[in-house]
Amino acid sequence: MSTEVIHPDTHHVDDGHDHGDHKPSNFLDRWLFTTNHKDIGTLYLIFSLTMFFIGGSMAMVIRAELFMPGLQLVEPDFFNQMTTMHALIMVFGAVMPAWVGFANWLIPMMIGAPDMALPRMNNWSFWILPFAFTMLLSTLFMDSGGPAAGWTLYPPLVLQTGTSFAFVVFAVHMMGVSSIMGSINIIATIFNMRAPGMRLLRMPMFVWTWLITAFLLIAVMPVLAGAVTMLLTDHFFSTNFFNAAGGGDPVMFQHIFWFFGHPEVYIMILPAFGVISEILPTFSRKPLFGYGSMVYATATIAFLSFIVWAHHMFTVGMPLQGELYFMYATMLISVPTGVKVFNWVSTMWQGSMTFETPMLFAIGFVVLFTIGGLSGLMLAITAADFQYHDTYFVVAHFHYVLVPGSVFALMAATYYWLPKFTGNMYSEKWGKIHFWSSAIFVNVLFFPQHYLGLAGMPRRIPDYSPQFADFNMISSLGGFAFGATQLIFVGVVLHCAYRSKVKATPEVWEGSRGLEWTLDSPPAYHSFNTPPVVTHNALSRAD
Amino acid sequence: MNLQEKNRKVTRRLVLVAVGMFGFGFALWPLYTVLCEVTGLGGRAIQVSEDNTGAVASDRIVSIRFDASVNSSLPWEFKAKEKVSEFNLGVPSTAYYVAKNVGNDAIIGQATYNVTPPEASLYFVKTECFCFTEQLLQADESQEMPVYFYIKPDLPEHIKDITLSYTFYRHGYDPSDRSHL
Ligand SMILES: [Cu+2]
Repeated sequence: MSTEVIHPDTHHVDDGHDHGDHKPSNFLDRWLFTTNHKDIGTLYLIFSLTMFFIGGSMAMVIRAELFMPGLQLVEPDFFNQMTTMHALIMVFGAVMPAWVGFANWLIPMMIGAPDMALPRMNNWSFWILPFAFTMLLSTLFMDSGGPAAGWTLYPPLVLQTGTSFAFVVFAVHMMGVSSIMGSINIIATIFNMRAPGMRLLRMPMFVWTWLITAFLLIAVMPVLAGAVTMLLTDHFFSTNFFNAAGGGDPVMFQHIFWFFGHPEVYIMILPAFGVISEILPTFSRKPLFGYGSMVYATATIAFLSFIVWAHHMFTVGMPLQGELYFMYATMLISVPTGVKVFNWVSTMWQGSMTFETPMLFAIGFVVLFTIGGLSGLMLAITAADFQYHDTYFVVAHFHYVLVPGSVFALMAATYYWLPKFTGNMYSEKWGKIHFWSSAIFVNVLFFPQHYLGLAGMPRRIPDYSPQFADFNMISSLGGFAFGATQLIFVGVVLHCAYRSKVKATPEVWEGSRGLEWTLDSPPAYHSFNTPPVVTHNALSRAD
Repeated sequence: MNLQEKNRKVTRRLVLVAVGMFGFGFALWPLYTVLCEVTGLGGRAIQVSEDNTGAVASDRIVSIRFDASVNSSLPWEFKAKEKVSEFNLGVPSTAYYVAKNVGNDAIIGQATYNVTPPEASLYFVKTECFCFTEQLLQADESQEMPVYFYIKPDLPEHIKDITLSYTFYRHGYDPSDRSHL
């Protein structure tokens, strides 16, 4: 690979100068039929931001109902539809497509490729999503209502969803197809399109973490598709996969679901690890500490994610040996994760650090994600889990790893690369306001939920005992404030794209390293039509 | 090999992996079922025997708790005649349950069963049980339902208590049918 020069067969004649800026002038041609990785990346990012606000408004309904004990605003069944839809939309509609959006924008620029390997399939993977989510959201307006059994879709409860259940299942199928096509594209791009000299162990961490994520997606999304297909036939065609009365086993669904579900949480967080590993070195003005160990730690986490699934189901009645195995295997994951956290801290150690908004979000990530990781370790203790299981402690745990974890990393990535994408600098002042209010309110929102869970408040309930009132009110206030704060983010992004007068340089940041920073800001519509020369300086890795 | 061929090759392979994993999702069902039958996990690996030829009496005594529940789809009352009894290992024994139809129509019910600790299910031998067949009860009819069984004498030493649990469902019960709710 290293000696072979790949000349991508693009339809553009390269005359040695930057003539790659031929955008289709027609709106439909530009966006609906686009095969350009930057346009598709933008579409993904806009789509996921939209979903973030739809899912977020559902969270506001949930927090408003939980503001006080008693039933005030919504019916319990609608409340359950809100918790279920909020999760499905945030996981499959906001976080996952946002990472695919960044992958589309960045991976070709980071490895010196002109575009993704399979541009037309790329168009398909995106345009399936709006249809999938229209279908999923439409269930809320159907007579039988949306799914209300939680995003984990456990039978037999989920089988009581009415006819709208078929729409939910097909929506999940379409999301799965979209993710798998996106992943195939990313793997093909990374394997086949790297510029000469961009050896695998020279790739930026974001590319590495996405490569591993793409393999996880291809391995587990089909398993989810199989599981929901079995639910579908149980519901409509009288099969008995999970129906105890017919000889099936509802617990078996949980095993199959979590075989998908645990790798899924790493699908949402591994690209975040990659982003943090790009940003910390830039603003510490030091190379990433322990690049090689970062790659191996990521691969180890991905491998371990396949053998720990039953820690989500400690209370279903497993034999003691099983409980112990899943407990120790789960705890083992904290070793590679710890390697990463220590590498990040060492990267910052004695660096000449500055604290622009991306750096603030990245440091916020390291601190707050670690809190979420530690509460996960507590949940892994099987004996203790019998107390915490299905309480707000679990809710607090996974929101800490997903909101100040994945979502903060997405924010960090946006602030970091937005000047590259748009050619303009965002408002540092408003970025910092956005960071500090997010960081404060996310803790007001989720930290009290630890106490609620330890005191025994169950999740997925619209009403609760009065003893939980104070912490719920604090949590709701934090929730409303956190939700409102995200409007600042939209303002900053729109301002940066359309109004900002401050032009970004190609490097954007003083300490930025990597091929994408050798391109103009914004980069030409078609970049790297001739493979770049990969110089040592352009790489952000240590040696 | 040119780039397009290389991309096609990677795509083909990865599509195969995805299709394979879709199949694997379905294969997990029989895999888990076999695993449970072999190890007793899930407590449903109760052995069935035509007669008592395998029963060899032993002095060891184990206490068995008889548990009964009814799915909400079925308007029946169902309980064990005696909740806890002690049995000698290897001795053919009988336990009685009573079921009563308190609904207004004749209904067919079907019971599922399970043994705790799950390991014990491998040593629990049933020769005849009301759970092997469908049970028809007329409105207001009440019926005694026996289960004939013995415990294999090689039951592991650490098992001192066993729970035998039954759940009655309406015959052909489908959790997606909400008409009875
Ligand atoms: Cu997990």
